[in-house]
Amino acid sequence: MSVICSETFQRSFEVKGVKARIMKLTRSRLAILVISFAAVFPRAGHAESLAIRNCTWCHGVSAQGYNPAPGLAGQRREYIQSQLRNFSEHTRDNPFSQLYMWGATANLRPATAHDLAIYFSTLPPQAADDGYRALEEKGKAIYQLGMPDANTAACVVCHGPNAEGVGEIPRLGGLAYTYLKRRLEQWGQGYHATAKPPMPGIASKLSVEQIEALASYLSFVK
Amino acid sequence: MKFIRATSQFVILTVVFSATARADAVSKQNFAAKIGYCQDCHGVSGQGYRGFYPIPRLAGQQTEYLENQLRAFVEHRRTNNVMFNVAHNLSPAMIRALATNFRHFNPRPLGGAPKNLVTAGKKIFEDGVPDANIVACAACHGPDAVGKNEFPRLAGQIYPYVVKTLTNWTSERGQIPGKPDTSAVMQPVVHSLTKSQIEAVAAYVSYLQ
Amino acid sequence: MAGRGRQHTQNSARRGLPIVGLQLASQAAILTIAFTTAGRAEDAVSKHDLQAKMTYCKTCHGSSGQGLRAYYSIPRLAGQQPEYLTNQLRAFAERRRTNNIMFNVAHVLTPAMQKALVTDFHELNPRPLGGAPKDLVEAGKKIYEEGISGADIPPCASCHGPDAKGNEQFPRLAGQLHDYIFSKLKNWTKERGQNPKEPDISAMMEPIAHGLTEPQIKAVAAYVSYLE
Repeated sequence: MSVICSETFQRSFEVKGVKARIMKLTRSRLAILVISFAAVFPRAGHAESLAIRNCTWCHGVSAQGYNPAPGLAGQRREYIQSQLRNFSEHTRDNPFSQLYMWGATANLRPATAHDLAIYFSTLPPQAADDGYRALEEKGKAIYQLGMPDANTAACVVCHGPNAEGVGEIPRLGGLAYTYLKRRLEQWGQGYHATAKPPMPGIASKLSVEQIEALASYLSFVK
Repeated sequence: MKFIRATSQFVILTVVFSATARADAVSKQNFAAKIGYCQDCHGVSGQGYRGFYPIPRLAGQQTEYLENQLRAFVEHRRTNNVMFNVAHNLSPAMIRALATNFRHFNPRPLGGAPKNLVTAGKKIFEDGVPDANIVACAACHGPDAVGKNEFPRLAGQIYPYVVKTLTNWTSERGQIPGKPDTSAVMQPVVHSLTKSQIEAVAAYVSYLQ
Repeated sequence: MAGRGRQHTQNSARRGLPIVGLQLASQAAILTIAFTTAGRAEDAVSKHDLQAKMTYCKTCHGSSGQGLRAYYSIPRLAGQQPEYLTNQLRAFAERRRTNNIMFNVAHVLTPAMQKALVTDFHELNPRPLGGAPKDLVEAGKKIYEEGISGADIPPCASCHGPDAKGNEQFPRLAGQLHDYIFSKLKNWTKERGQNPKEPDISAMMEPIAHGLTEPQIKAVAAYVSYLE
């Protein structure tokens, strides 16, 4: 936790520097971007930006993730909402969720959750690119074709050809290797057992090697 | 969820193994594992699923039709990479057991199609569009869209799947000209249907129980 | 009339030759069109339209008109008597024969299209679909050729021909789907002759359809379904 605090402290300095530069360049494209963002989110006032900052402390200023917090940029809106619900209802119970997200969502109003989900879903995602390149091919094969002999369904059918997800089915593309690996392992360990089928069933059958291959491949997907 | 799944699998096994004559050709364990695999994508009761790709309902489907499709995937007459992988390792006994099993399910349709299209869709389904040489679907699929033998059940099929299937018929089915299959019968139909007619009829059948 | 003509000529004489020329030309055109249409009615149906309509029919009736066992048993049209087919299409359109799907098909057909379709189907000759229980064929042949004297049922052959190929308004039965025949004979009065004010030729079959027992129907249906 202390490691994360110092990191976020350092980041807050960076934020102040950026703000100074923005104020200097009034005709810059950045200014236009900020203005247009405010126009798009008419209710974006003091309370709204506070809520976003509450997330970006851990998930990164551009919401690309910061270990152990996953990237939120470009994540499916409905998925973010459903997970925020799972956190506040304590049905998503893996260790880091308990430690951080239960508290983070304890006082989160549904309307704010809704707006946050929309906001993060519109940010452009960047691939974490931190998996093992050597495992990428194997991971891709599992992702595209599944493993029929082991009765493991092909991820692509639900998560899409670029792992972008749809509806409540999450984007996996570009998420960090350690995050994906941890999530897949935890289902096998019995966490988040009440997640919508079929994930608990599918993930709990995967071997360690298969998980590492999948997590590697997905971390590279743009 | 696990309890429901376990119970439904128990029921399935009882039904299937009393129904199929060569039950010993497929072990209970293998069958249970394989059915679970199908259900991961096609839904716990075979009701279909709106994944990135729409995954069709298998519940209540005609056995002969399912078997034909599984064979079509294996022979690449119907092109689908995922389903080829699923199907090409299945023994004939397993194919029969799976196809028979899904016939017995009867969950409610997933729904979700635009309701304002249903009336127009019903008309096309029952009467066809004679001026455009579009046959009435009911002639082959039955008035309740339950199908028969190699003619598939359409009742309760998920809307985006029906739309996608009709739109992409000739680019997915009958892909081996030297080995024509039953999909050829649909060609004049899909050729004549307009986009809005496809959407209407898909919406209509998706709500049928 | 003569007065008007003179006045017209006087007018055209005043306006000059072009008007007279136009009149004559249009009269010539009308005559040409009339003679063309009257002489060759089939040409009123374009090749393209006919092919499209045939494809449409064949979707259900089979790629060579051999019939199709779908949800319903859809009958063979190949080799069918044109007069019988025409009668049935009209019966569907006028709802003397009740079938919602065929009503929709038939009521948009022009007489020229009807004629073209029945002619084309008559020319087709695919093998029968088959599928009937073969052990019934012998009994069926007996009924077909000799009738059933005890029940006053005449031999089918007397109207449908010894080879079941039919004649004019009597339909061909050779190669017809056995389950279609069974269903029609069993449900004859529920489907045909539905307009009491306009009785049709289907009335002829009523006592026969009524008099045959189910096993007899199955037998004769099996027999004719294998005939080529």
